Amino acid sequence: MTLSTFDAVIPVICVSLAGLVVMLAESFRGRNERMPIGGLAVIGLVGAAIATVLLWDRNATSFGVVTADNFALFVNLVLIAVGLLTVFFSSQTIERDRLPAGEYYALVLFSVVGMMLMVQATDLLLLFLALETMSIAVYVLTGIRRDQPASTEAAFKYFLLGAFASAFFLYGIAFIYGVTGSTNLDRVGSVIAAQSMSGNPMILLAVGLLIVGFGFKIAAVPFHMWSPDAYEGAPAVVTGFMSTGVKAAAVAGFARVFLSALEPMIGEWAPVLWVVAAATMILGTVLGVAQTSLKRMLAYSSIAHGGYLLVGLVAGNDVGKAAILYYLAAYAVTNIGAFGVIALLGSRDRANDDLRDYAGLWHSQPALATLMTIFLLSLGGFPPTAGFVAKWYIFSAAVASGYYWLAIIGVVSSVVSVFFYLRVVVMMYMSERDARPLPAPLSRVALAALALSVLAILYLGIVPTQIISIAQASVSTIF
Amino acid sequence: MTGWPLLSIVIWLPTVGALLLLLVNNRDGSRNGLVRNITLVASLATFAATLALWAFYDMSGAAEFQFTERLPWIPAFGIEYSLGIDGISLLLIVLTAFLTPIALLSSWEGVQKKVKEFSIFMLLLETAMLGVFASLDLFLFYVFWDFVLIPMYFIIGIWGYERRVYAAVKFILYTMAGSVLMLVAIIGVAWINQNQTGSYSFDLLHLYGLQIPARTQFWFFLAFAVAFAIKVPLFPFHTWLPDAHVEAPTAGSVILAGVMLKLGSYGLVRFAFPLFPEAALDSAPYLATLAVIAIVYGALVAMVQPDMKKLVAYSSVSHMGFVVLGTAAMNMQAVQGAVFQMLAHGVSTGGLFCIVGMLSDRRHTRLIRDYGGIKKVIPRLTAASLLITLASIGLPGMNGFIGEFLIMLGTFRWDARYVVVAGLGVILSAVYMLWMFQRVYYGEVTDEHNLTMRDMSVREWAILGPLAAAAIAMGVYPNAFLKPMEPAVGRIVQRIEQHQPFRVENKPVAIRRDSPR
Repeated sequence: MTLSTFDAVIPVICVSLAGLVVMLAESFRGRNERMPIGGLAVIGLVGAAIATVLLWDRNATSFGVVTADNFALFVNLVLIAVGLLTVFFSSQTIERDRLPAGEYYALVLFSVVGMMLMVQATDLLLLFLALETMSIAVYVLTGIRRDQPASTEAAFKYFLLGAFASAFFLYGIAFIYGVTGSTNLDRVGSVIAAQSMSGNPMILLAVGLLIVGFGFKIAAVPFHMWSPDAYEGAPAVVTGFMSTGVKAAAVAGFARVFLSALEPMIGEWAPVLWVVAAATMILGTVLGVAQTSLKRMLAYSSIAHGGYLLVGLVAGNDVGKAAILYYLAAYAVTNIGAFGVIALLGSRDRANDDLRDYAGLWHSQPALATLMTIFLLSLGGFPPTAGFVAKWYIFSAAVASGYYWLAIIGVVSSVVSVFFYLRVVVMMYMSERDARPLPAPLSRVALAALALSVLAILYLGIVPTQIISIAQASVSTIF
Repeated sequence: MTGWPLLSIVIWLPTVGALLLLLVNNRDGSRNGLVRNITLVASLATFAATLALWAFYDMSGAAEFQFTERLPWIPAFGIEYSLGIDGISLLLIVLTAFLTPIALLSSWEGVQKKVKEFSIFMLLLETAMLGVFASLDLFLFYVFWDFVLIPMYFIIGIWGYERRVYAAVKFILYTMAGSVLMLVAIIGVAWINQNQTGSYSFDLLHLYGLQIPARTQFWFFLAFAVAFAIKVPLFPFHTWLPDAHVEAPTAGSVILAGVMLKLGSYGLVRFAFPLFPEAALDSAPYLATLAVIAIVYGALVAMVQPDMKKLVAYSSVSHMGFVVLGTAAMNMQAVQGAVFQMLAHGVSTGGLFCIVGMLSDRRHTRLIRDYGGIKKVIPRLTAASLLITLASIGLPGMNGFIGEFLIMLGTFRWDARYVVVAGLGVILSAVYMLWMFQRVYYGEVTDEHNLTMRDMSVREWAILGPLAAAAIAMGVYPNAFLKPMEPAVGRIVQRIEQHQPFRVENKPVAIRRDSPR
């Protein structure tokens, strides 16, 4: 065993160490001592980012169960960006809501660890462990505001249903092991391909169970019931974190399992996922129309976005794989930015996430309203934003595989979604201001993070070339 | 030709102006004057640049597209920043740049809140519209096409009249619903090309040569045609238009009627017909039928409107029906007439909206019955209105006449039945326009508020003067406009005529050919 055995897990180690240091720092902190705990988290994440970049194109593996291929590294970079933005946005809300900084940041970091491992895992058991690491940390984060019943309720719901889904997932792994005698993805794939098992009821059951497990984490219809409640109950920053990070990790894991090990069975699972993707896009947007709470609306919107991502998976071609990566990057910076704005506008007692609370925001906070508008336009898929290129990419993949109807359902539901994104814009720009207290002065760090997200959105939308070619290169090395 | 990327300069000049405006701190509205001036200068500079385009344009049309620029944009998919214009786009670009300063002037006093943001949206809108006319890459075209919606949405929604929010949301959803299906079709075309040639391309010229199976072609054409028909707007897709026009501020209405409707008809001529010629020829009778319905229906509905702005809006439905009719006939005269009618309609309807804006700036009402007899109070404005009104009706010697005449001439050689119905529209247009004119300007002053109306200001001269001059010039010397577009129209007609044999029709093919019989 040489040192290079650890190569593939260096980014994960960086983040884990940061998580431990943050926890220790909190316990040594004096009662009123101010500590730059967020800074420690940032150092860990930046370290992980550097390690990720250095690992590029090296195809490192560790212990036979962790890989650092470009696909995983690409998603890891997205996850690290999500983590960093979460930390930046949190700087304001932690103080405002009197959250325990050490625990909070540690939980964020540990769930990032779980996400990264989930993407890198090449063994179903490790995948399960990573999924649980991520999930448990996120359950706790959801309920981190112990003084709020809604938050606690959301966490409890999320936990119960999540645990249920994890059981399905584990059951699926057991069946796969039972049939193929292995949990290693390569091995499973070659056994399935060699023995042409596609008709085997056991393996079909296993695939079904895995779809349930992943579908739950992505909040795909019909496994989406938990997400509006959880998203609404959690603090806005945490909602942003889990609606992007958890989704990105789960989709990447989903893609890896289904497009490598279960690729030979694409004929079996693609029709199922077709239905799931269509239902997810349709239901997510249609239900989003009826919401009056912005957080809940964006919860349904992110359900719909999960559906778009599944379209890329159904397409199953190289374009689709790269499109998933691009979409994840675009969606992550956009959605977390939108939740960042919501978080900044909240106050300690009130989330201020009702649509009415945004009336006339343009007049009181023009900069914030402009930023929010760009996030919403990107979510709606307008050029020249990241969301447009991402949607175009995904639908190209669908068309390339001949799924015209899926593409049509996708574009039509994206028009419907524009309706509710625009409701927010209408409130911000075209309604007179209601009397309501101005939010506290905004933290500069958070504003800078918002500006950074917007720059990323415009970069991805106007000059997408570089990221597209990186995404293409990332999928060519595996699968 | 010069080595300058003149076309890019034209397109991005307004955006540069918008960026400059971002630097002006105008939160309290104290620098509204400066903001307005910067905007006006930017739009005038753009107009000057388009005139340079016209001056350097090679009228012989030896090359199909001139001022071409190509830069790789997303090479992985063969997407290019590819610009170029032929005679049709040249004229529409000049029209866009001509109408934008006029639109700005028309809201000079009407828009008082958030002037800076208004100006930024106007300039971004101009860039997007110019981009649509100049794009030779389907992806680039779609980006501009879709982006047009955003500034217009804000202009209607923030600076419009009472029901502005409803109108703005209806506008954007309606037009988007059409265009997203076109996006799927664009992707589909690109993929068929990829399957046939092995490489990606969104290059229009390249895709013109693509052989698409008839069934697929039909669906693609349908997607394109619906997107464009909504924009035109063709009956029965027109219901967004009266709302949007009526609720938009004057500048918005001018741009909407003057330029944005042309995006749709331009799309038909440039994209839908040449890309899917067989499907287009098969669908032409249906399109023409809808077009004549629009002509008559728009005119009839216009006749009974109590609101001047709504009347002008419905008259647009009628006039744009002519454009679609000419496009569907697809021969030299008809298409030239259609393009000419696009320009003429832009000038005269833009002018009508300006006049309605001027009246409602003075009296804060757009209802015809609140006016009457104001000819004595504001003789100059009345004269200018008469001129624009006659231009819109299509009096010989004015711009509207040439376009409608050519369209009917061309259509007659295809199928005379359409012309009979369309001719009805010409008569009706005289009825509703003159009737409105009579009720607004002639008679006795019935409302004493009208007695204190002031006549035209210098700013208003600057708006109506150029419009009236253009209306007359286009009517008296139409060749200046017909000549540049001739080679371009010829190419498009020829491209589609090649596919004529595929057409199942009981009429002799020669009847549609352009040579004299």
